[in-house]
Amino acid sequence: MTEPTTLTLGRAVNSGLRRAMEEDPKVLLMGEDIGSLGGVYRVTEGLKKDFGAHRVLDTPLGEAGIVGTAVGLALRGYRPVCEIQFDGFTFPAFNQITTQLAKMHNRTAGDVSVPVTIRIPYGGLIGSVEHHSESPEAYFAHTAGLRILTPSSPQDAYWMTQQAIACEDPVIVLEPKRRYWLKGEVDTGRPGTDPFSAQVLRPGEDATVVAWGPLVPVALAAAEAAAEDGRSVEVIDLRSLSPVDFDTLEDSVRRTGRMVVAHEAPTFGGLGGEIAARLTERAFYALEAPVLRVGAFHLPYPVAAVEDQYVPDLDRILEALDRSFAY
Amino acid sequence: MDAAPSLKAARGAAPRAPEPRTRLVRLLDREGALLEDADFSPWVADVDAEQLRGLYRSMALARRFDEEATNLQRQGQLVLWAPLRGQEAAQVGSVRALRPDDHVFPTYREHAVAIERGVAAAELLGVFRGHAAGGWKPSEHHMNVYSIVLGSQVPHATGYAMGVAMDRRAAEAEGREVEPTAVIAYFGDGTSTQGEVHEGMVFAASYDAPVVFFVQNNQWAISVPFSTQSRVPLAERAAGYGFEGVRVDGNDVLGVLAVTRWAMDRARRGEGPVLVEAETYRLGAHTTADDPTKYRDREDERRWAQLDPLVRLEAHLRTRHGTGDAFFEDVARAAQDYADEARATVLSLSPPRFEQFFDTVYAEPHPLVEEERAWYRDYVAGFADASPDGQDPPADGAPDDDGAPAAPGAPTAGLTVAADPDRPAEGTASGTEEDLA
Ligand SMILES: Cc1ncc(C[n+]2csc(CCOP(=O)(O)OP(=O)(O)O)c2C)c(N)n1
Repeated sequence: MTEPTTLTLGRAVNSGLRRAMEEDPKVLLMGEDIGSLGGVYRVTEGLKKDFGAHRVLDTPLGEAGIVGTAVGLALRGYRPVCEIQFDGFTFPAFNQITTQLAKMHNRTAGDVSVPVTIRIPYGGLIGSVEHHSESPEAYFAHTAGLRILTPSSPQDAYWMTQQAIACEDPVIVLEPKRRYWLKGEVDTGRPGTDPFSAQVLRPGEDATVVAWGPLVPVALAAAEAAAEDGRSVEVIDLRSLSPVDFDTLEDSVRRTGRMVVAHEAPTFGGLGGEIAARLTERAFYALEAPVLRVGAFHLPYPVAAVEDQYVPDLDRILEALDRSFAY
Repeated sequence: MDAAPSLKAARGAAPRAPEPRTRLVRLLDREGALLEDADFSPWVADVDAEQLRGLYRSMALARRFDEEATNLQRQGQLVLWAPLRGQEAAQVGSVRALRPDDHVFPTYREHAVAIERGVAAAELLGVFRGHAAGGWKPSEHHMNVYSIVLGSQVPHATGYAMGVAMDRRAAEAEGREVEPTAVIAYFGDGTSTQGEVHEGMVFAASYDAPVVFFVQNNQWAISVPFSTQSRVPLAERAAGYGFEGVRVDGNDVLGVLAVTRWAMDRARRGEGPVLVEAETYRLGAHTTADDPTKYRDREDERRWAQLDPLVRLEAHLRTRHGTGDAFFEDVARAAQDYADEARATVLSLSPPRFEQFFDTVYAEPHPLVEEERAWYRDYVAGFADASPDGQDPPADGAPDDDGAPAAPGAPTAGLTVAADPDRPAEGTASGTEEDLA
């Protein structure tokens, strides 16, 4: 038995990549500056040294090239793991991801699969310049053929990385970059939970808050604060953004009667709307209030000096809970 | 260089490309006489009269098939067709240079390539009948499905070739023998502008990937001439990436065969990528939804028609090898048979069951797809009265009562048949989609 170790989320991804590479020689890493530098967030640190430049490719600078060649490598039997340096730089590869990667299995009537993993550090509040703090999940969740995971803890990061690589479908792993330094226990001996399931992190009776990735600790803190006011709030980490585990959400809202969905992406057209609509369809008579959404404004991600006003925080989640209880 | 651009240039007159510096490889002259080329003739030294007749047969077959598909579209049996007429030599010459496990990444007009790779007429036409997105199994033909988003397949080809090189290194490290293979990516002159083509080429150079980029420069994107895409022959761009580029007369099947053999061999030997530019001409419309009279002048078409690749090879076979009428009549019959068979197969195809499209979205089980599939089944079952077999509800494109397939898709149904398939009258074929998008 291995003993649990304490790792940061970034290190946990690193360990997950390492283990996947050890177990399958077809696993390759590709991306900009991921080799000797170890990536701009140092997530791939040390892997080139240990596995060689033929397994950890410092690619030329072109996101469509990275994802496009990964598709070709997958067609040849490899399992490429692409790193996109920052969320805002995913868009040059948008075509490859949505029209090619997502559809190849379907276009070939199931003859070929393209088990490509794309790791994207995402989300804001890192005090950076524009295009470094985006939450692009809704664009990809809207595309059939892709799966999207986002870990919120080191334990999940360790396993989700490996589960994404092992999956025969293309998987986008959105890594909450402002949580890369979050520490937690990682038990490498205990198998990971089903990556496509939502997890109840904190049970509660009066309302449910659903969050993912960077907002999970915020949601937990909000539940903590609500408890001081005598409200018992359940917190669910959604984990998989495509597919969404609606069963777990429905089960929760049938018990609590109220739901708030919180995400960093703008509210309009975001995943929160999809979740609200589905739960309204599935559990209308169990609801005491409409499913409410907490998200960012319909603005381009703002400059660092005011970004904390844009990204939902604990108070914005509490405000939504207040509104829910006011029905 | 002019000090300041003239007003005319500023208004967007088509820029003229400077004279190409890259020589044009040609092994059969325009009258069909053999030309000696110190570099490339040796690559086809083994090609005897029998093989030449085989090349002719393939080209003629592809042409006749293409005509039949164009007619089928005019009759409402296909939703769209992209004719290859004029490009037979470029396609047959290049595909004949491949070994069975070399891998092909095509665009959407590579019908002769597909046929040579063993793709059945029904598989190919299924795509254009609106029955299948891809049509065939890439694993069976070593040829990926057609690519409609222009240029997307180019980095795929590079990536696949990177994998070939990795496999080879792994095998060498283990002391295993491997049959060297290479990859070929097809695309057009218009597509050469796409950023992904550029990225595919940079990656190919960076990783010395065994890939041949084969451009069929048929002079036109849809209505946009080559001069808008490039100021230099595309082959010259190869130098900028640091690999070989060759221009070949794309209407000379022997020249194309020689150049592609050379390029594939180089790639297989691990000497890196090659860009081949085959200069040819699309004699017909871009697709059956296009109207070239709006942008192309007749004179240009007439000039290129005289350079017809089949005519040229026929002249060579007749004068140099004494091939007589009997052979050409035989080929014409075989091509007619093939076309007849293709037509019969198409007419026998019935639309796929909608429900099968739930099967292949994901490789692994997916709860949302399963939920929607179950919903769809229930919904369809609710039509049990209307549809006694409890199958798909009646919809556009479903079989008529007599079992004959209806015209697929509403837009083309009921269009009048244009007199000349290459010359659609205004308001007929062009009344649907403007292009493949
Ligand atoms: C990304 C993209 N943009 C536009 C189109 C629409 N379209 C289809 S074919 C075509 C012209 C292509 O020209 P070229 O690459 O020269 O190939 P050709 O058709 O002449 O063989 C266009 C613009 C498309 N399919 N994909």
